[in-house]
Amino acid sequence: MNILLRHRIILPVVSLAVLLAATFYMQPRAMSYFGLNLLFNLAVPIALATIAQMMIIMVNDIDLSLGTFVSLAACVTATFLNDAPILGLAILLALILSYALLGAMIHAFELPAIVVTLGMSFVWGGLALFILPLPGGVSPGWLRALMTVKPPFAPMAVVAPIIIAAVTHLLIVRSGIGTVLRGVGGNARSVQRAGWPVIWLKALAYGLAGLFGVLAGMALVGLTTSADANIALRYTLLSIAGVILGGGEFTGGKVSPAGAVIGALTLTLAASFLSFMRLSPDWQIGAQGAILILVLTARLIFSRKGAGT
Amino acid sequence: MTNSMMLFSAAGLALIAGLAEADTSGKRIALSNNYAGNSWRQAMLETFESTGKQAVADGVVAAADAYTTSENQATEQAAQIQNMILQGYDAIILNAASPTALNGAVKEACDAGVTVVSFDGIVTEPCAWRIAVDFAAMGREEVDYLATRLPDGGNLLEIRGLAGVFVDDEISKGIHEGVAEHSQFDIVGSVHGDWAQDVAQKAVAGILPSLPDIVGVVTQGGDGYGTAQAFRAADRPTPLIVLGNRQDELKWWAEQRDANGYETLSLSIAPGVASLAFWVAQQVLDGEDVAKELTVPFLKITQDTLDEALATTPEGSVANVTYSLEDAQQVIASAR
Repeated sequence: MNILLRHRIILPVVSLAVLLAATFYMQPRAMSYFGLNLLFNLAVPIALATIAQMMIIMVNDIDLSLGTFVSLAACVTATFLNDAPILGLAILLALILSYALLGAMIHAFELPAIVVTLGMSFVWGGLALFILPLPGGVSPGWLRALMTVKPPFAPMAVVAPIIIAAVTHLLIVRSGIGTVLRGVGGNARSVQRAGWPVIWLKALAYGLAGLFGVLAGMALVGLTTSADANIALRYTLLSIAGVILGGGEFTGGKVSPAGAVIGALTLTLAASFLSFMRLSPDWQIGAQGAILILVLTARLIFSRKGAGT
Repeated sequence: MTNSMMLFSAAGLALIAGLAEADTSGKRIALSNNYAGNSWRQAMLETFESTGKQAVADGVVAAADAYTTSENQATEQAAQIQNMILQGYDAIILNAASPTALNGAVKEACDAGVTVVSFDGIVTEPCAWRIAVDFAAMGREEVDYLATRLPDGGNLLEIRGLAGVFVDDEISKGIHEGVAEHSQFDIVGSVHGDWAQDVAQKAVAGILPSLPDIVGVVTQGGDGYGTAQAFRAADRPTPLIVLGNRQDELKWWAEQRDANGYETLSLSIAPGVASLAFWVAQQVLDGEDVAKELTVPFLKITQDTLDEALATTPEGSVANVTYSLEDAQQVIASAR
């Protein structure tokens, strides 16, 4: 099991390294403190959103509302959290709790998560438009300062993903509750037989997803300085792709937090790389898809060989 | 400002323009565009590319490259701007997906010493330049023109755009301000034409029977031809319709002029505003003192320029103009 877990992380690391080398070759200017920061700082909210998606995929579900949820969290951050911090914090907390409640409901009524979250995406999107009908709002000063802080040695855009990966690795892979949570995705029935209340575990997984979704929205506002009700719509699909690229699988329980963070970085880098190549925008989405398929194919070959020996 | 002073300042600008070539010849300018899916944006990209190519050939700048994001999303465009900083562009011209969500990336560009000029879709970040459209002035100008042509005044019909859109509110506001100023006019009816000829035609046909004699129609562009068709179908005399530079409107105007000497005015925003932004960026790079808030001039087509405009406008498109360095200097000077 330990070897498999290590196998899982090798491929994402290699893909990121290859892409990074190619980017540095094409744009040597990126090979600096300043360059790395520009290249990766928008990957920080994507990494957080990918972790959120990973929590859901971990328990065998999928979240199609994440992009609108992150947008909503961004709108709350740029308005309430800035004008009335207590109220803003309460709203964000309520958002996390509603995510946990959603998880419990999906389990209790045996609802398909894909339908529930698709429905919720319209609710989150509507609320975001209600809070911020026109683009605007202001990032709280402390958040802006946090996102633009310049730590020694490595830029924030590199330090933050490492911290995110380390914390979630401890939480999901190392801790006891993390093991149980992965067990829910792997085999919910045996977890239940072992005496764990699955409904609470699902609520916890969804709550964690809500927490990281809110953090993603806050990080995004810290970078953009203001919000827009449609700011993070892309994150739904990016986060799913990031999880899979990072070695996660749709058959639950098989996830890798560090891999998910690396997957998010790889996706962000792929877009920049294609832009440096001066590829026509009509081809960029296709090329992004091609990179994704390439990595997945490599993984398939890799795992087949692993199974063969 | 007296004539001699104007001449003097024009001479001064010409002198600076002469120096400009030498000073920005090593500079690179990039266009960050968020959407290319309609004829206006296509015309905008074409104008930028031809202006940029010419400027590079003339040695005014070293490079003028256009980038369009693969998806119309603010986060995509923010990443695109950050890539441009990395690629070492000296100036970024920006048609933004969101007025606010790109502010972080724009600020980073400014901090890295990159000049950012936003146009059409402008950004609110104070360090960027803005070439904005004064839609209210466009509405006022329509009524001002009617006042010169119809000094006795009369009843007006207003065609509005798409309800709930900022541009519609602004143009309509300007029209009503104009009517308040020229009290001989009365707006007796108002319909939404959604900037589309077919919608405008239906809407006008619906309201016409209830209206008294109409002497003039104020429009928002893309709706003049449909309005004219509705008047003809109702067998009512064609009023003075202010047009909006669409090719079908100009064609109809030319036909009417040849048949019965019809005379009017057509005005709208030209997609060539991208070339204006290019020259403004070049001027900023050149060290010119440029005000942060600039206003796009409207592209006006009059009786005298109709044939020329019609000949250069492709079918189904909108009249365009490529702005020159001199035009940009004029805009900059008028904002001082």
